[in-house]
Amino acid sequence: MSTESRADDPRSIEASDSTRGYLGADYSIKSWLLTTDHKRIALLYLASITVFFIFGGAAASLVRMELMTPRGDVFNTPDDYNRAFTIHGVFMIFFFLIPSIPAVFGNFLLPIMIGARDLAFPRLNLLSWYVYMAGGLFTMYALVSGGVDTGWTFYTPYSTMFSNTQVIAAAMGIFIVGFSSILTALNFIVTIHTMRAPGMTWLRLPLFVWAHYATSIIIVLGTPVLAITILLVAVERLFQVGIFDPAYGGDPLLFQHLFWFYSHPAVYIMILPGFGVISEIVTAFARKKIFGYTFMAGALLAIAVLGFLVWGHHMFVSSQSMYAGMIFSVLSFLVAVPSGIKVFNWTATLYKGSVSFKTPMLYALGFIGLFTIGGLTGLFLATMAVDVHVHDTYFIVAHFHYVMVGGMLMAYMGGLHFWWPKITGRLYSEFWGALSALTIFIGFNLTFFPQFILGYVGMPRRYYEYPQEYQVLNVMSTAGASILAVGYLMPLIYLPLSLVIGKVAGKNPWGAYGLEWQTSSPPSPHNFEESPIVTGGPYDYELQEFADMHRAVQEHGIV
Amino acid sequence: MWDFPLFPDSASTHAPRVDALYIGLLLVSAAFTFAFAFFVLFFAVKYRRGSRADRSNIKDSSPIAEAFYITVPTLLGIGLFVWGAIVYFDLIAPPGDSVEIYVIGKQWMWKAQHPEGSKEINELHVPVGKPVRLIMTSQDVIHSFFIPDFRVKQDVLPGRYTTMWFLPTKVGRYRLFCTEYCGTEHSRMGGWVTVMEPAEYEAWLEGSSETTGMAAEGAALFRQYHCSGCHGTNSTVKAPPLEGVYGGPVPLLNDPADPQSGVKLIRADERYVRDSILLPKNEVVAGYEPLMPSFAGQIPEEDVLKLIAYIKSIGRGRPTRALDDRGMDPGEGAVTNVTEITGMPQQDNGGNER
Repeated sequence: MSTESRADDPRSIEASDSTRGYLGADYSIKSWLLTTDHKRIALLYLASITVFFIFGGAAASLVRMELMTPRGDVFNTPDDYNRAFTIHGVFMIFFFLIPSIPAVFGNFLLPIMIGARDLAFPRLNLLSWYVYMAGGLFTMYALVSGGVDTGWTFYTPYSTMFSNTQVIAAAMGIFIVGFSSILTALNFIVTIHTMRAPGMTWLRLPLFVWAHYATSIIIVLGTPVLAITILLVAVERLFQVGIFDPAYGGDPLLFQHLFWFYSHPAVYIMILPGFGVISEIVTAFARKKIFGYTFMAGALLAIAVLGFLVWGHHMFVSSQSMYAGMIFSVLSFLVAVPSGIKVFNWTATLYKGSVSFKTPMLYALGFIGLFTIGGLTGLFLATMAVDVHVHDTYFIVAHFHYVMVGGMLMAYMGGLHFWWPKITGRLYSEFWGALSALTIFIGFNLTFFPQFILGYVGMPRRYYEYPQEYQVLNVMSTAGASILAVGYLMPLIYLPLSLVIGKVAGKNPWGAYGLEWQTSSPPSPHNFEESPIVTGGPYDYELQEFADMHRAVQEHGIV
Repeated sequence: MWDFPLFPDSASTHAPRVDALYIGLLLVSAAFTFAFAFFVLFFAVKYRRGSRADRSNIKDSSPIAEAFYITVPTLLGIGLFVWGAIVYFDLIAPPGDSVEIYVIGKQWMWKAQHPEGSKEINELHVPVGKPVRLIMTSQDVIHSFFIPDFRVKQDVLPGRYTTMWFLPTKVGRYRLFCTEYCGTEHSRMGGWVTVMEPAEYEAWLEGSSETTGMAAEGAALFRQYHCSGCHGTNSTVKAPPLEGVYGGPVPLLNDPADPQSGVKLIRADERYVRDSILLPKNEVVAGYEPLMPSFAGQIPEEDVLKLIAYIKSIGRGRPTRALDDRGMDPGEGAVTNVTEITGMPQQDNGGNER
């Protein structure tokens, strides 16, 4: 590989390290498309995920504009509207929320955080990006060549026998992208088991690494079930086999069981890496060891296990047996306990800390607020009698947007700002960063809080038209969405701009603890000049050496 | 026009109970949210970088605190679960004396049929103060029957009967929605539930054009589809007579292909009658040959419902556990082990309810 040969040349190491690190090792297009450097692959993901996010976001804007009035006026037909919300769901879930944090930050940081030179299987890592792109482009093709109108859930028998749209093509895109997830997850598991630096014991792993470990286990166990389910849908559509359609002797509920067996854990695939990111940010900006480290790591694993046992709470009104419903209900309450532990411990970490309000911390504080609301409204859905009323209404829409957008996306934005100086070597404008965090927080609440009320008064989801009495709340929601859009557009401008006009970040601009802050920004192609030896826990902010190091950093005038 | 609703109308006996639970959950959630918001902001400001707050004696874990915030949410969660389950039981267990109405969902309309014969589309007329039980099925995809003002919702599936019940408490007109996404006209698949005084309801039933009841129509269909040729009293073909069957236990062969496989008892409910028409070889009455041809694809759902109404009318009454509470999986509770009767070990052939 060209990067390696350059890296072996002492002159080029010196030149690239002092200026552009892994970014400056080689500038050719080939060096990017054939790279096996986990950091470059992370950037390939960052670019493609951003494109899919914009695509899914544009569809969301159209949906929200349509819902500003009770009658259909933005889209010509209900079918166009149905395709738009399906595009939004499919792209946001399968091509943004599920892969984003693991593929971008996990790829970039996981080897550095455990003191490794790369992931265990660098070429497999490159392959997973190509698989991801293949799946994404396949789905993109399906959506522009006719679209899909099933919603991201593909419920049968509508999807197998009644929809006249590109169901198979879109489903195959998701089938393909699932393999990308599995490959990345396997790579992470093997890397964490075998590539840790000397002294990096399990209980010295940063919580970010623990989070990715738990996530990878869910991915490896859950994604194949989704793949099988999607194949069954394709088989039934193509050959009219009676799997899901009762007209052929199939079971219409079988799909829902299989689908949610993956898709409920998928919620944790999205949020657990977010927990990891928030843990890193809170401890760094409170400059204090995270409170209850072992409970935090244990809670991640507990959520991963319990997450597989609650899928039936999506099916309380499906005619599932009431006894099954009760078991799913009580387990759903229990899964809230480890999530609660996380929020308690982040709060306790602030106590007696030294809290600074830089952009990543603003995002993290916003995350704590929004995720708390998203998590607590989950209790409404675990409570069977209330779920019967709010199921498939806007209450659900509000709840999962609070968890996924308010939770996972806030964590993603926080992580992006936190590690941006490490990834690029440049600092962005703190003013614009703080403004974007604030705008997103306000816009988000204005968009989604009214939807809780809207759902309880009875507006069903996936409605192209709705009764007049729901309009005020919908107008509020659409107004909030436009503020939210502005919040997301700001980083799209000031972050790339920082590459040109941003201040040089230096090794450790936040004065944070952790191996990734001990290597240069951006890191050299092989992460460390020499393999680090770990002698302490992940967040030893109280240690004298750290205080000394931090003072030294401050004296260089970087913080 | 610019109204700002916070609650839907409260028009059934479920509504106040679900609302109370909802408010209870709101209070718990609000308490946690405000507590977190307060502590996060308080700590963040008090211990902001450069402040002179006391930072001595820092702890990085506390088993007592952690035990506390595992136990309290767990107990709170179990409490809420129990409360929710109690309300839920009433939501799914209909009283014995309900008015029964049949509902069929199809892309994209709701068809309702009253036992007395009246039919309506995207409208449902019910009497106030009387429990109403809906027996629902779908002709194509999954739909979901939702009346927000009553706080009731139930998916409606093709190939299965689901039931739901409510007791309207206020005369008026209430919105009816389909909440399971079902294609192009999903958002237009709704209508109104009209709650009337019982006397008015009776007048409405009589005033609507249909004069024959569902059972009478079913009796006509029973002849039209030649069911009476075999099941009729004067028939020469050996088929089980249907008088008195509905509601009672029916002896079935464990394995329809093997007369020696032993017998189990199953209660004849709506699901059983429907399957006997559409999948007659699945559950064969002991002592009879599996001769009956399947009527799947030949009888529309409405006619199946009328046939069921007819067979109900000549049966012995409503089974005690008609459809397992929510109208599914009757196999779980309805199959009785009759090993003692037959002296044969019972073999569950599984899937008899599919």
